[in-house]
Amino acid sequence: MIHMRLKLKYSGFALDVDLQLPGRGVTALYGHSGSGKTTCLRCIAGLERAEQGFIQVNDEIWQDSDQQVFVPPHKRALGYVFQEASLFPHLSVLANLEFGLKRIPKQQRRVDMTHATELLGIGHLLDRHPQHLSGGERQRVGIARALLTSPKLLLMDEPLAALDSQRKGEILPYLQRLHDELDIPVLYVSHSQDEVARLADHIVLLSNGKALASGPIGETLARLDLPLALGDDAGVVIEGHVSAYDPDYQLLTLQLPGTALSIRVTHTPMDTGQALRCKVQARDVSLSLHGVEQSSILNRLPVTVISEMGADNAAHVLIRLDAAGTPLLARITRYSRDQLSVHPGQQLWAQIKAVAVLA
Amino acid sequence: MPLSSADFSAIWLTLKLASLTTVILLIIGTPIALWLSRTRSWLRGPVGAIVALPLVLPPTVIGFYLLLALGPNGYIGQLTQSLGLGTLTFSFAGLVIGSVLYSMPFVVQPLQNAFSAIGTRPLEVAATLRANPWDTFFSVILPLARPGFITAAILGFAHTVGEFGVVLMIGGNIPDKTRVVSVQIYDHVEAMEYAQAHWLAGAMLVFSFAVLLALYSSRKTKAGWS
Repeated sequence: MIHMRLKLKYSGFALDVDLQLPGRGVTALYGHSGSGKTTCLRCIAGLERAEQGFIQVNDEIWQDSDQQVFVPPHKRALGYVFQEASLFPHLSVLANLEFGLKRIPKQQRRVDMTHATELLGIGHLLDRHPQHLSGGERQRVGIARALLTSPKLLLMDEPLAALDSQRKGEILPYLQRLHDELDIPVLYVSHSQDEVARLADHIVLLSNGKALASGPIGETLARLDLPLALGDDAGVVIEGHVSAYDPDYQLLTLQLPGTALSIRVTHTPMDTGQALRCKVQARDVSLSLHGVEQSSILNRLPVTVISEMGADNAAHVLIRLDAAGTPLLARITRYSRDQLSVHPGQQLWAQIKAVAVLA
Repeated sequence: MPLSSADFSAIWLTLKLASLTTVILLIIGTPIALWLSRTRSWLRGPVGAIVALPLVLPPTVIGFYLLLALGPNGYIGQLTQSLGLGTLTFSFAGLVIGSVLYSMPFVVQPLQNAFSAIGTRPLEVAATLRANPWDTFFSVILPLARPGFITAAILGFAHTVGEFGVVLMIGGNIPDKTRVVSVQIYDHVEAMEYAQAHWLAGAMLVFSFAVLLALYSSRKTKAGWS
C-alpha cells in the first residue's frame, strides 16, 4: 500500500493530492503536461520537498511533515527512471549498472546483474560507453540500473517520452516483462493513453495538481464523467484469459473476466488459461437492436446500456455499456442514438469491429 | 652561466609559492565554487563579486589592504601576534595569503562553470542510486568536473607565477624569502643588468606561452554530460 498526501505551491501551480495506491502492479499517473504528475513522483523520491506531506510506502514512512520526518532521497529504497536515461557519461554501461548495486548491502539484493541484464536485453552492451548507445538502449540501461538497487518502489517518469515510436515499440515489451516477472510496485508517469492501457493496472488521473480519479484501469477508462472518455483514442482495457485457439483461422478466443462471454481476435497461438490484455476503442464499437447473424464482424456481445454522454463534438455521443460485468464504451452518432432510442437499462448488441491486443 | 644562483633561488621560490597557492586554492575554491553554482541565496551575488574583485583591482590595492590587515596594527596581524606567530608581512606565509586572494577568481570561476555545466540531474540520479552527498561528490561531481579542475589548476598556478604588485607590497624583496622571479627581473632592470633580465623574462614568456598553449589545445576534448 502506498499512501501519499502532498501539498505544494509554486507560482502559478498548486499540487494537492491525497492518494492510496495499491502496493503491487503498475499504477499510472496520467495527465497533461503541467498536471503535476512529475512533481508527485519527485516528491515521493524526495528530490522535491512538499511543504505539507505524508508519504508511506508499505511499512516505511518517507515523509511526515507533522512529525518533521523527511528521509533524504539516498536513504529511500526506490528506483527512479528519468525521462532521459541520464547515464553517467564517465562510466561504462557496466559501471553505470554497478553504481547503485554496489551501494546496496549484499543481504538486501533481490535483483542480480544477470537477471537485470537479461530482463532488459543489454548483456551485449556492458563494455560500451553511454555515448555509443542508441536512445532505446540507453533507456534500457537506465531501467536496469534502477532495478539493481532492489527497490521497494520503482518510479518511472515518462521513460519513453524522449524516444521515437520505433524505439518506444522496442522498449514496451521489456516494460511488460518487468510487470509480469518482478514483484516490484511501479509508479509510471505518462501522458500517453496507449502506454497506460498497455502497462497499468491502476490509473490516477491528474489535472491541474488535483487527482480527478484513482481506480483500476478497466473501470476508470470506461468512466464517462472523466475527460478520458472524450479523446479520439478513448476505449476500455479488457484483461481476459485464453480459452481456445483455432489454428486454421488463427483466431484466439478470449474469455472476459468472470463471465461466459468471449471475444475472438486474430493472434499467434497461445496456451489456454494465459492472460491477455486488449483494448477496445469506443469508435470501434457499434450498436444494434438484434444480434445480426450474417456479418463480417466477429464479435457480438449482448450488453446493457448504463449511461450516455455527449462526445467532444455535437454529432457523436458516448454510451457506457455493460457486458456481464465488463464495461465497454461505444462512440456512435447522435442520429443513431435517436434511431435506436438508446436509453439506460436497454438490452442491445454491441458489435466490435476491432480489438487491439496489447500484451 | 646565464642565470645566477640568486636567479635560481627566485625561480625555486616562485615555483614553491605557485604550487602551494594552487593546492590551497583547489581546496578552498572547490566548496566556494560548488556553493556559487548551486545556491539560490541572495549572498550569491556579493560573494561572486568579492571573489572576482582581483580581476579588476590593481594588485597594489589588494597589496595595500593586506599590508594593513597583516601588519602589527591590523586585525589579522594582532591575531597572529597573540598566537605567537609574529606578523606575516614580509614573510613567505604572507605571500601565500596574498597569492591565494589574488589568484582566487582564476580557480573559482573555471570550477564554478564546470559545476554549473554538470547541472543537478547527475546529482539526483546519484541520490536515487543510494549515494550520499559526499559519495556523490567523489564519484560523480569530481570526475565529471575534471576538465574544470585541470583548467583551474593551470590558471591558478600560472597567474601566481605572474604576480608582481601584491608581492612587492606585502612581501618586499627579501632574497630566498619573498623575492620571486617577477621581482628579480625588476631588480635586474633597476641594476641595468639587461642580459640577466632577458634570460629570466624570456623564460617566463616561454613558460606562460607553453601553459596557455596546453590549455587551449586541450579544450576540444571535453567530456560532456549526455
